[in-house]
Formats: sequence, C-alpha cells, structure tokens
Amino acid sequence: MSTIVSADVTASRMAVRTADPVRTAQRGRRSLRASVGLHATLILASLIAVFPVFWVLVTSFKPDDRAITPRPELLVEPTVGNYSDVLSGRDGDFLAWLGNSLTVALLTTVIAVFISATTGYAVSRFRFPGSRLLLASFLVVQMFPFAVLIVPLYGVLLAVGLQGTSVGLVLVYCTTAVPFCTYMLKGYFDTIPNAIDESGRIDGLSPFGVFWRLVLPLARPGVAVTAFYAFLTAWGEVAFASAFLSAEDTSKTLAVGLQVFVQENRVEWGHLAAASILVAIPAVAVFYLVQRFLVAGLAAGAVKG
Amino acid sequence: MRRFLTRHWYAYAMVLPVVVVVAVLVLYPLAQGVYFTFTDVNESTIANPVLDRPASYDIVGLRNYLAVLSGDPSYGSFWSTLLRTVVWTGSCVVLTYGTGLGLAVLLNRPMRLRGLYRALLILPWAVPTFVSAFTWKYMFNSQYGIINQLLGAIGLGQPVWLGQTDLALFSVIVVNVWLGVPFMTVALLGGLQSIPADLYEAAEMDGATGWQRFRDVTLPGLRSVSSTVVLLGVIWTFNMFPVIYLVTGQNPNTRILVTYAFERFFSGAVRNYAVASTYGVLILSVLVVFAAFYRRSLRGQEEFAL
Repeated sequence: MSTIVSADVTASRMAVRTADPVRTAQRGRRSLRASVGLHATLILASLIAVFPVFWVLVTSFKPDDRAITPRPELLVEPTVGNYSDVLSGRDGDFLAWLGNSLTVALLTTVIAVFISATTGYAVSRFRFPGSRLLLASFLVVQMFPFAVLIVPLYGVLLAVGLQGTSVGLVLVYCTTAVPFCTYMLKGYFDTIPNAIDESGRIDGLSPFGVFWRLVLPLARPGVAVTAFYAFLTAWGEVAFASAFLSAEDTSKTLAVGLQVFVQENRVEWGHLAAASILVAIPAVAVFYLVQRFLVAGLAAGAVKG
Repeated sequence: MRRFLTRHWYAYAMVLPVVVVVAVLVLYPLAQGVYFTFTDVNESTIANPVLDRPASYDIVGLRNYLAVLSGDPSYGSFWSTLLRTVVWTGSCVVLTYGTGLGLAVLLNRPMRLRGLYRALLILPWAVPTFVSAFTWKYMFNSQYGIINQLLGAIGLGQPVWLGQTDLALFSVIVVNVWLGVPFMTVALLGGLQSIPADLYEAAEMDGATGWQRFRDVTLPGLRSVSSTVVLLGVIWTFNMFPVIYLVTGQNPNTRILVTYAFERFFSGAVRNYAVASTYGVLILSVLVVFAAFYRRSLRGQEEFAL
C-alpha cells in the first residue's frame, strides 16, 4: 500500500496541487452537525493561536504602571504613552535597534537565499561526487547545539576581524538558516521538470543562465518560504546577538535591546508590550506576503527532503 | 583530474560558498569545541587577543567526561537532566505533531473562511520567539497573569506556574507547543494536498469509513512528510534554548542539556568553557545516535530522503 501511494505522490504532485478542491467537492456534503463541530474546533484553535498576541496588543495601550491589574481589564485609561516612550528612546535607542535588526535580517535573507538556492540547484540537478555527503552534513549541522559553538565562533570572528560587526552576525545566522533552506529549495527544484533546463541549454544558456533566468523564477514559492524562514531566524535570535554585538546601546538588535525592559525585580510590561508589537509588525508583514506560497513551498521541501 | 573538473566545475562552483561558510563557521569551531572538552579551559585561561594574553589551560584527558557522566549535581546532574530533556522533547514533538495533524486535516476540507482560519492559525509562527516568550511569561504570572485570573474567576486554584516545580516544565512545554504547531500544520497540510484524490474515491467506493480512509490513505500518504518533520522537530526541540531561557530563566526544574551548557558558558563564578563544550559534544552524540536509529527504523521507505 505505502509504496503505491508514495509512487503516486511523487508522480502527480504537480497535478494534484490544483486538483484539491475538485476532490473534496465530490465527496458529498457534510451534515449540519459536522459543520458546526468543524467550525467550533477551528474557532477555538484560532482563539488560542491569536489570544496571546491580542493580549499584548491590549496591554500595550495601558499605562505602564497599570499593566498589572488584579483583575483582567480590556481597557484601562487607553493611551499611546508606551509607544511614544519606546520610540522616543527613553530607555534605549529603539530606532537604532530596529535599524540594526532590519539590516541584519535583510542581509541574512538575501545571502542565505542566494547561496542555498545555488547549492540546492546544484544538488538537485547535478550528480557530482560528494553531493550526498553534503546533504548528510547539513542534517548534522542542524543538530549542533549552537549555544555551545559561541566561544570558538567568537575566536573565529575576532581572527577575521568581524567580531562586533553586523556582517559577522549575518554570517553566523547564515550557517543556521542555510542547511534548512537548501533542503527546502532542493525539494522545490526537484519538482521543476528537467526538460526546462534542457531546452534552455539548447537555446544557448549557460548552466548558470538556466538556473538564474529559468529555474529560479519558476521556484518563486519555494524561494518565498525560504526567505521567510531566513528572515525570521535572524529577526528573533537572542543568544548569538547578545554574545557577538558590542555592548554599546546603538549596536544592539531588538532581541537584545528589549531586555532592558525586563529587569531583575521589575518588568516594565507596558513598555515591553508596546515594543513587542512594534517588533512583531515587520515579521507579520513579511509573513503575510509569503503566506499564500507557504503550503506549496514547504510541502515540496518536506516531502522530497 | 582535469576531466573531472571540466565535468563538475559548475556544480562545485555553486556549492562552494556554502562549503566555505560551513567549514569556517561550523566545522572549525566544532573541532575547537571538541578539543576544549579534553582541557580545563575557562574564562581566565583562554587565549585573549584583545588583552594580548596567551592561552594557559592544560590538557586533562577524559576528566570532564567522567565528571559529567558521573551525574554529579555540581556538573549539572547529567542523567536526570538528560531524562528531563527526553521528556521535554517527547511531549513537545508528540503534542505539536498531533495537534498539527488534526488542524491540517480540518483545514484541508472545503469550507467557508478557510483562508482566514489558516492565516490566524499560523500567526504564532510569524511572531518572533523572544516576543512570544515574554508574552507567555506575562500571561503565566501567578498574581496578575490572565491565566490565573481566569482560573480564579471560575473557582479553580491559582498555581505558581513558573516556580521551582514541575509545573514550570509543563508551562514551557505549553509555550513551545503553541510556537511549534503552525510549522507542523503547514507542512502536513502541504503533504495532505499531495495525496491524489482518486485514492480517496477508490477507498470510498470500496466502502471505507472516514476513519479507515484516514488510517489507510491519509497516514501512509503523509509518511514521508511526517518522518521528515518529526526528525526535524526532535532535533530542534532537543536544542531549543530561547523558549526555556526567556520564560523560566535558570530554573533547575526546566533545565535541559542545552540550557545547562549555556549556563556554564555565561554564568557562574568562572565561566567554564570545558564543561559547556563537553555538554555540547554529548548533545551532538545523543542526536547523531538517535538520527541513525531513526533512519534505520525507516529504511526501506525510499521516500524518506533526509
């Protein structure tokens, strides 16, 4: 049974992605009770997924000293004071952190996507000695407890003169993001028929030309998902950022800077909430840009591996 | 040699950047980390080019491994920490996978508002981890957290979620499951959509019930996606550092191997790099052994490609 299924899965992946609504429409109508149950479950699950974010949003509009109330309250003297405190840099240079985080995350995204795309394409299309070893080593790289590489990495960055710079941090993030991105993109490239490459070669394109002008544009969903993953990896990382950036306030990223609101015995929840919302906005924006590609892109990567 | 290069140079040129970056920033530090495990290196004996200080640590053979593997509490009680790490990883992966599968099956049906549900359900993925960690810490607070306020309102107890009890472990598992479900849902949804429709039609024609269709068509069809995401889930969860560290800090009841390694690196009277590296090597060994067994147990299913 399972071998038949898997053969079919591989053969018809391209066709099936669009065939889905047709299939399910043919399967008859749901009873009313099943419908209610389905929607009730999904509404409950959505509430659990969204509530924490909603609650931070609510808290961010409460005055900082009123963020802690004995009873849950939706609106307490609504104000944007937290936002203006955070943005005005009362506790630290929030805008500088934001700029640093954007620089680091965007650079990581561009570099990681580019090098994992070339690698993924090479592994997908060419059978060259060492390609299997390369893929296996990516899996092992995923297993490294990166917290433990920090001190040796610190030495490496110091030796090549990148310690304390955002470029050094970008390179470190690439090592985290690239293995997974390569897997995903290899899987996606595998779903693009080889005939496209061949016709490109006949038309006189170089292998790089085929990759850059034909295959990469077709792989846009896969690239979008990969970019999203790389962006989030860099945007939310804490441990490396605290270890590798200099202690100056203006060189911190958001993940490090925000800890100024979490002191040993007092947390400024109102300010933290406002800052969190500001941090989450770019990530959520990127997320909804690639959202429609997510299912197809991730599936190709995970199915083919 | 020349023929070899003319045939493959495109491929090698395309993988070269990755190989260089991985070699310099992963393999070399790893080799150095492994070397550290045989020394007594710490903050004050490591070479420091900034202070122009040469290295002054000594080789101590297997002493670090013996100390750690003896389970000595001053070296992090290795065995009980390993057990806790296994409990943490197992619960997180089982719960995330189970919930993700359930939601993916529901989302795969045609219905109104499907796009909206999908967008809402994967929101936790888009929120940066450190933001989610702070948020849950706020909600779990025993006095003014919304969770205890709700529990109090319906007359249940108001436990101290993040104290030094196993409830703290339960709490961080909740947070991690909340964070991990969207990835599983999306990956499995993609897998579901690649199962050919005619298999369901054939099953239906043979009179298969809904449960039989799920067991005999859906699950086998998802096997390759599942084996990949479960393996990745285990690896990621085993090494999940930020969730635990930001939600409960240095709480012995939520200590897993990787957070203990980080503690030895960054705190304590003397930052002990040797012990931390020993933990790192042990973590890597556990995962490599696990992955080897996992792949062997799935051998014969050629679609498992990792």
